Amino acid sequence: MTDLRPRTAERTGKNSDVTPPPRRRLGDFLGRMDAKWSPYLFVAPFFVIFGIFGLFPLGYTAWVSLHKWSMGGSGTFIGFENYVELFDDPDFWNATINTLGMLVLATVPQLLIALVLASLLNHGLRGLTILRVGVLLPIVTSVAAVGIVFSQIYARDVGMVNGMLGLIGVDAVDWRADKWSSWIAISTMVNWRWTGYNALIYLAAMQSIPRDLYEAATVDGASRIRQFWNITVPMIRPAIIFTVIMSTIAGMQLFTEPLIFGQGSYAISGGSLRQFQTLSMYMFEKAFRDFEYGYGSAVAWMIFVLIMLLALINFLIMRKGK
Amino acid sequence: MPVRLRRTLLATALAGALAATSACGGETGDSAGSGKTTLVIKTFSQFGYEQLFAEYEASHPNISIEEENIGSLGDYLPKLQQWIATGEGAGDVVALEEGILSQFMANPQHFVNLFDHGAAELETNFLDWKWRQALTSDGNKLIGLGTDIGAQGMCYRTDLFAEAGLPTDRKAVGELWPTWEEYLATGERFLAADTGAHFFDSSNGIYQNILMQQGDHTYYDTSNNLVIDSNPAVRTAWDMTVDMVEAGLSANIEPWSPQWNAGFKNGTFATIPCPSWMLGTIEEQSGPENADKWDVARVPGDGAVRGGSFLAVPTQSEHQAEAAELVKFLTSPEGQIAAFKSKNNFPSSPQAIDDPAVQNFTNDYFNDAPVGKIFGESAKALQPVYLGPDNNPIGDRVSNALVAVEQDKLSPDEAWKKAVEDAKRLVN
Repeated sequence: MTDLRPRTAERTGKNSDVTPPPRRRLGDFLGRMDAKWSPYLFVAPFFVIFGIFGLFPLGYTAWVSLHKWSMGGSGTFIGFENYVELFDDPDFWNATINTLGMLVLATVPQLLIALVLASLLNHGLRGLTILRVGVLLPIVTSVAAVGIVFSQIYARDVGMVNGMLGLIGVDAVDWRADKWSSWIAISTMVNWRWTGYNALIYLAAMQSIPRDLYEAATVDGASRIRQFWNITVPMIRPAIIFTVIMSTIAGMQLFTEPLIFGQGSYAISGGSLRQFQTLSMYMFEKAFRDFEYGYGSAVAWMIFVLIMLLALINFLIMRKGK
Repeated sequence: MPVRLRRTLLATALAGALAATSACGGETGDSAGSGKTTLVIKTFSQFGYEQLFAEYEASHPNISIEEENIGSLGDYLPKLQQWIATGEGAGDVVALEEGILSQFMANPQHFVNLFDHGAAELETNFLDWKWRQALTSDGNKLIGLGTDIGAQGMCYRTDLFAEAGLPTDRKAVGELWPTWEEYLATGERFLAADTGAHFFDSSNGIYQNILMQQGDHTYYDTSNNLVIDSNPAVRTAWDMTVDMVEAGLSANIEPWSPQWNAGFKNGTFATIPCPSWMLGTIEEQSGPENADKWDVARVPGDGAVRGGSFLAVPTQSEHQAEAAELVKFLTSPEGQIAAFKSKNNFPSSPQAIDDPAVQNFTNDYFNDAPVGKIFGESAKALQPVYLGPDNNPIGDRVSNALVAVEQDKLSPDEAWKKAVEDAKRLVN
């Protein structure tokens, strides 16, 4: 085989009689392999681990969801029967509505407050570092702790919120008894925990906006609010898309907060009439409490499909808005 | 194993997880060279067997025992299913809580028939109903032997009873309620005195209690047909509970919630059906300032038990005969007495219940109540009840329906309909 590699020596016309030592060939080969395959090797660990812990369970769950699979071990293949049953299952739809409802209650205020917070932090405020660290503090608190504390704040008989409502003459609310009240309580926990995180992402994006845009706007007489909506928001659009998608995914998987809020031995049902049972709670209940693994897996796949759908809708809206 | 049901004690769970991981290498098998057979026993919470293991190893020089403990039942159950489903990891002896046992009874092939290992002659060592819980309905296969039971009494606050003009002596209190109707009447008298407290914590425990006294089966008949809407026993227990809720007796506080914990300290409720394993919780939550305010009386009706466990040998064990021997040893009356002495796990063997160690056992936090005697009578009075495969999930749904009545979200009729529909949907 001829070495077709262009040689500097030949091109310059000097030392044209020098042939490369034969050992270079192996080196060339290795070098080429190196250039071609090393990048793959470098990224391989992620894909191998993702394959084992991400892709395989995904596929296996799909496989299980096509079976009537109970505690006795692998069951009989029943095709899409679990899914057929699922579409007819009022508890599943109830959980879907609960999840979407809490998703809206938790995501919309969260991102709006985060935007406002970020723009406040972006401008000069006293004790900026402390404030910036402060907004991030809730995220380092454990979910369980947040759940327990807020469950007490929203307790029926001795809770702080009911105490305060009592001061203004409102009757005590049994927060767990109704959909609206339990959704508010749970959304509060989510908002409290994640607003700061999103604010920080927005803040990072805002700091990369060139100052002269604002200066020009100020010269043109645009108010701060006008500047916020017409400069800041469009400029940090990628960050907003990112946070919307991330909060949607997190919201669809909401589990710990409502579970701890539920309390008692059957907390996984999310209230006596499943007032605040989310999809992932329903999946868990089916799989690990009723031991219907096949059905639980079908619920898991529906969560996946719903998340994909929502992400797609998000994406389309955002793209159209451009 | 006090069935501290579903109360996730993080610390113990962690300790259990650590113990489980560190023992991971200890696969079932012969430990190298020594020629010893290692038996792995999987337990949750506390069975109080340490002393017994040492004793057994001393008398059986070629057996060594390894206990792998997981702190909370909630963490233990998914693992147990995994071991059984994959046919790997269950070791040689597994502890089965009664709820999971009744679910496994539908798939008895995963467990060794203890009749093959001479268990038949042990029948008289166990309370009748306990023995039958692990026996297949054709009576040919025994998959487990009983360990402890949650024998139950009725705990009550003497200070609140005194305030309401009711007797406070435990014998006189027991005589107030030979039946649940009279318990309800007592509750109404209590409420009339207007102490500010409710009569009991939540409908849940009361309903379970009444249900288990109604006859020989509940949601399922013995051929595993769902009979929730045709079995008068279920409806009787439901109606009786609803009557109490409508009379305002219930504080409507979810058991094991922070409010419930606070309720003990604040005296929010005057009585609570208390299995033996709950006494520790009551003492802990009420605190030293309420010492001697609690006492224990008999339950209305004939006896009550909540929770309890079994030991079984999974078929995947490679040392089934040795494992079965160990199970027989641990569940023997002597074994149960030792476990009672160690962790107060109430025995399921009548011989053990009659042992002075149990009979003379008193609890000083509860006014020195002779709890061994009270619980023993309660456990012996109970008649066997057949529980079907989905007994626990159905029970959960019925309790939720009762809570909806307490919350005033559903009328009793709507709630009953919902419970029945939910149960049917679950089973289909």
